[in-house]
Amino acid sequence: MNLTLKVWRQKDARSQGRLETYQAANVLADMSFLEMLDVVNEELIAKGGEPIAFDSDCREGICGTCSMMINGIAHGGLRGTTVCQLHMRHFHDGDTIVIEPWRARAFPVIKDLVTDRGAFDRIIQAGGFVSVNTGGTPDANALPVGKTEADRAMDAAACIGCGACVAACKNASAMLFVSAKVSHLASLPQGRAERERRVLNMVRVMDESGFGNCTVTGSCEAVCPKEISLDFIAQMNREYGQAILKNSGPRQSKGGD
Amino acid sequence: MKLDAKIPSGPLAQKWDRHRFEMKLINPANKRKFDVIVVGTGLAGASAAATLAELGYNVKAFCYQDSPRRAHSIAAQGGINAAKNYQNDGDSIYRLFYDTIKGGDFRAREANVYRLAQVSVNIIDQCVAQGVPFAREYGGLLANRSFGGAQVSRTFYARGQTGQQLLLGAYQALCRQIGLGTVKMFPRAEMLDLVLVNGHAKGIVARDLVTGEISAHAADAVVLATGGYGNVFYLSTNAKGCNVTATWRAYKRGAAFANPCYTQIHPTCIPVSGDHQSKLTLMSESLRNDGRVWVPKKKADNRPPGQIPEEDRDYYLERKYPSFGNLAPRDISSRAAKEVCDEGRGVGPGGRGVYLDFADAIGRIGEGAVRERYGNLFDMYEKITGENAYQRPMRIYPAVHYTMGGLWVDYNMMSTVPGLFVLGEANFSDHGANRLGASALMQGLADGYFVLPYTIGHYFASEKQPKARPDQPEFKKVIAEMETLTKKLLAVNGRRTVNSFHKELGGWLWEKCGMARNESGLKELLQKIPALREEFWKNVKVSGENGELNQNLEHAGRVADFLEFAELLVLDALERRESCGGHFRTEFQTEDGEAKRDDEHFAYVAAWEYAGAGRPPVLNKEPLDYEEVHMSTRSYK
Ligand SMILES: Cc1cc2nc3c(=O)[nH]c(=O)nc-3n(C[C@H](O)[C@H](O)[C@H](O)COP(=O)(O)OP(=O)(O)OC[C@H]3O[C@@H](n4cnc5c(N)ncnc54)[C@H](O)[C@@H]3O)c2cc1C
Ligand code: FES
Repeated sequence: MNLTLKVWRQKDARSQGRLETYQAANVLADMSFLEMLDVVNEELIAKGGEPIAFDSDCREGICGTCSMMINGIAHGGLRGTTVCQLHMRHFHDGDTIVIEPWRARAFPVIKDLVTDRGAFDRIIQAGGFVSVNTGGTPDANALPVGKTEADRAMDAAACIGCGACVAACKNASAMLFVSAKVSHLASLPQGRAERERRVLNMVRVMDESGFGNCTVTGSCEAVCPKEISLDFIAQMNREYGQAILKNSGPRQSKGGD
Repeated sequence: MKLDAKIPSGPLAQKWDRHRFEMKLINPANKRKFDVIVVGTGLAGASAAATLAELGYNVKAFCYQDSPRRAHSIAAQGGINAAKNYQNDGDSIYRLFYDTIKGGDFRAREANVYRLAQVSVNIIDQCVAQGVPFAREYGGLLANRSFGGAQVSRTFYARGQTGQQLLLGAYQALCRQIGLGTVKMFPRAEMLDLVLVNGHAKGIVARDLVTGEISAHAADAVVLATGGYGNVFYLSTNAKGCNVTATWRAYKRGAAFANPCYTQIHPTCIPVSGDHQSKLTLMSESLRNDGRVWVPKKKADNRPPGQIPEEDRDYYLERKYPSFGNLAPRDISSRAAKEVCDEGRGVGPGGRGVYLDFADAIGRIGEGAVRERYGNLFDMYEKITGENAYQRPMRIYPAVHYTMGGLWVDYNMMSTVPGLFVLGEANFSDHGANRLGASALMQGLADGYFVLPYTIGHYFASEKQPKARPDQPEFKKVIAEMETLTKKLLAVNGRRTVNSFHKELGGWLWEKCGMARNESGLKELLQKIPALREEFWKNVKVSGENGELNQNLEHAGRVADFLEFAELLVLDALERRESCGGHFRTEFQTEDGEAKRDDEHFAYVAAWEYAGAGRPPVLNKEPLDYEEVHMSTRSYK
């Protein structure tokens, strides 16, 4: 099939960007979307042009590196699928495809389709962990964890941190991402000891990073390649509410912990 | 070069304990005076960086991805081994040790492998404490599955995303330290070279992949955890960015490279679909627990699989290896697949595929149970091929997957360059000539959580080296060299793309140095590779400039290193005139086509030493003395 691509080109964070048009000829159904772009890039390089910069690594839908808006939809609109796993059999000869980077204040464009998602790392650094050092941990089977709880934790932990949820949200909210980590750790006994400070710290950094508020439109869940459920946002709101209540009394400790 | 593996004395089971006692310690207050650079934040690097920081060291960590959470370890699907014996099925530390030694075709170092089996049990405890959501039984205890090369069920897993969950555990531990300010993280940074001062590893030169700035970082020790070199074959199951650059540059600075020819071909990958193919996708080996591998008995039998009756099917693994059946080790299963395809009995486009059939399992336990175990793999298969594997068998074919070779390290994980430690897939240490499934995750985490944190302290306590500074001449010189190299790559301005060189090199290696190798093919490669390298430096076209995000330039640097490294890989394959594990020389096989090892002449680690540009590398041999196990012929029949 032959396609027309309109691709966002932007030299760097400081420059203005714009859509440029390219022809992708002889695209095969078995190609992945990124392989289609590889072929376009090979031609661009051969002709002395600049290849389109886009992020990818595993190309198996698990590392969360690939990230682009395809016709206005994060990852292209095939349910539960990252763009690296989107295959060209879902497109038709003659289609025009608009390809843009994630658009969110907290994810500045680095070049073309590549953005800086460092804010996600900073949120995890603020509390998305269990504070245990290496060594001295109890036997793994010492504490049974019900299968339902373990499965729920895994459902939340499946998040790949790609940022599609933010890109899809009209408010550029990171609630689905943050709630997935909060819910994963709060669902397990190992994560409960510090559940309150975790959620408070993560939400604080989320707000500081310039992500918007959640108005529960559900667009995040719809594009999430791992189909992370909106329920986790509800769970995080409960976690957050309880944490605020418990930590707002006069006996709240000041200073070091 | 003198290779001293520094294996502690005493009985095998006591070596590690004794060594931990004998190693010198650094007092907690003094640890903060030591800086450590960790390159790579996959399982091995992230676990090491986090643990070192917890102990009090100052850590600088580097990765080329935009976040440490995206390292290639994330892609591991099937699971991680540990000798917990939770299933009460006869497992033990000794059995895991023995299975790993045997699986590695008696080409690994006994003492290292034993230690690996010992610490495997701590890994699971650690991960559970971090909140890794391993699969569980209804009673709340951890679930296990079995993997190739083992007759016990010792593999822990988190759906089909074990690597992801283990990496996120290590990443979160790392993030905690970043938040505490004990680790400084450099994402989107590529190590270009190692810097030595007085013969000790004292830092690295790295390129900021966003700005192009090439700068120096000094430390008291350098840890490489940069993963494997499978992408030298171009098509592999590795992530696109996996490379040999860090370890290759370290080799050129004096670190011996061990057993580069030991590469693993994984039997269950999705077959190549066309020339545009950019990487291959693994279907976890755990599928072989429930899937049955077969091809038609007759050549070119083009009937759809459902119409081929039982009597016309050849379940060749079950036939040839009745006691391990579909769970025969990877090297054996891969070669068996190649064999039946070479006979013209392969299925799918080009006849390069075999069936992995779940019909029996679905009949036995139901589609729901199969979906529960492998749903994400079936989904991935459908996304890529457009076929539904609940209804018709998967088509699979072997692909390059893992590299057992890597930088040589002693028992302390230190390379032949003092102060340079190497962890995870980047070293050669534990898997001999073939790695068993679910053992790479185990090794990466063992190295990072439980081995290096002890041994690095001993190095600091025994070697009183002066502090290095990044403005020293040694660093400035390497920066200048790297700037020149980058300019050179951009200046060629020829007519062939970087990718076309990579693809050509990889194709040749796959043909002549892949699942089967022989002298004439290897010699041919030794002629062709240098010529391709020469052409690369005359005719490559790298677009853009240095001072910006330039993915084409990144790829060019990696391919330039692959073009050098490939020659060493082939040379090693040529020198090893025996078949063992993943290294199959067609000249050395038994009458029924099994690998023929030659313990008398080749029971050694081949540690290659760089001798300077244009000079042949020097082969050093570390003899493998087996005290505990008897080197037997591997049999899975
Ligand atoms: C598809 C797939 C499935 C697998 N499944 C399993 C399984 O089920 N069980 C199992 O045990 N093993 C499995 N393996 C193998 C296992 O995943 C790897 O061997 C292991 O994760 C390697 O970990 P590592 O930490 O050594 O390296 P990696 O995870 O590869 O990390 C390498 C790190 O080094 C960095 N890096 C590399 N080069 C540079 C450079 N020049 N400069 C700066 N940084 C650099 C990268 O950014 C990255 O952070 C699988 C492998 C694949 C490909
Ligand atoms: S490249 Fe890893 S998820 Fe797409």
